[in-house]
Amino acid sequence: MTDPLPFRPITPGTQPPLDLPGYRSTQRRFPKQAPHPIPHTITETTGPRFSERLFPASVDLTSNTTGQAAIGERIIVAGRITDEDGRPVPHTMVEIWQANATGRYDHPGDQHDAPLDPNFHGAGRVFTDAEGNYRFLTIRPGAYPWPNHRNAWRPNHIHFSFFGPAFATRLVTQMYFPGDPLLALDPIFNGVPDPAARDRLIAAFDLDVTQPEFALGFRFDVVLRGRAATPMEG
Amino acid sequence: MPSATASQTIGPYWHLIEDADWADLTRFGAEGEKIVLTGTVYDGDGAPCPDACIEIWQTDPPTSDTFPGFGRSNTDASGTFRLVTLKPGPVAGRGNAQQAPHIAIWVLSRGLMTGLATRAYFQEEALNDTDPLLQSIEDPSRRATLVAVPSAPGTWRFDIHLQGERETVFLDV
Repeated sequence: MTDPLPFRPITPGTQPPLDLPGYRSTQRRFPKQAPHPIPHTITETTGPRFSERLFPASVDLTSNTTGQAAIGERIIVAGRITDEDGRPVPHTMVEIWQANATGRYDHPGDQHDAPLDPNFHGAGRVFTDAEGNYRFLTIRPGAYPWPNHRNAWRPNHIHFSFFGPAFATRLVTQMYFPGDPLLALDPIFNGVPDPAARDRLIAAFDLDVTQPEFALGFRFDVVLRGRAATPMEG
Repeated sequence: MPSATASQTIGPYWHLIEDADWADLTRFGAEGEKIVLTGTVYDGDGAPCPDACIEIWQTDPPTSDTFPGFGRSNTDASGTFRLVTLKPGPVAGRGNAQQAPHIAIWVLSRGLMTGLATRAYFQEEALNDTDPLLQSIEDPSRRATLVAVPSAPGTWRFDIHLQGERETVFLDV
């Protein structure tokens, strides 16, 4: 049997360390032993396939809770998912979750004293098309305080979960908004050492995504790991 | 070309996307040897982690319309996850090697900036003695952290220690 092509190693500095002293919750949870090296086998180079038939898309977070309109500033988020060689990642599932416009999650663990919106649960699911493009409609999430340090506030953000083609390409991250003054103060965002890699977590305002008379548009392009070697072509 | 996008923590509110059905990989009618894979996630103080997300992926039995191969469970107030799946058989390894039956696991939680990869093997599988990954871990007590143990008929226990003396072996996937 031919060995599966491995995925390429992580580029140094582009991923946050597990030991991040500025983010308090890491301190009792980060493994202290170095991760054990493992050559990629089919366990790592394959992954789940989600069909829209079994996992229906839900791309309008402004109305997917009750059918009534959620409160807040409508925004469109769109982008393209490619691998590290620039090839699109087609038909892959993207999961999204976020706080509402007031900075409150519809979650029993969130006790922030800001109003819930009965018409906004804050979860969605979208699939990329054949070219790797995705797009959804939501409400711009609010900032909220968290107990990490005195007067700590998370910048506005949307959580994303990506699968890609393999267990090795799984990615969970957060998308931020341009010009947010809280970004400079946030230990989670600033946990990414490489400034260019960090800044790629910030969506770009995009007039082409913006829909006239309706909603501002933001572009958030995402790169998933690519293969370590490209098979010979043609 | 840019490198892969940076990871950020899944945070404490990921349950907004949770579908509890996903913890049962047999829900579409898969037939085979049904097992429960359960365990508790502990932090470096030995305290349970009640907000983790545990995902599994297995290549055997092969995925099909009735078996997705992928599952997701929360950890409850006691830090315990519980997945129902089919017991995997041997998996092709690199070269001519054969891998012992195993389930790939991804651990996500508040306080973890990236997901942690590990594997659950099954105690007393003969192939464990020749599995390339298990045999590459020299310290037997570390190796044992990757082996699920039977706790009841059809139930396999796989506790996960994020940190500390019993720290689970996590993999550089």
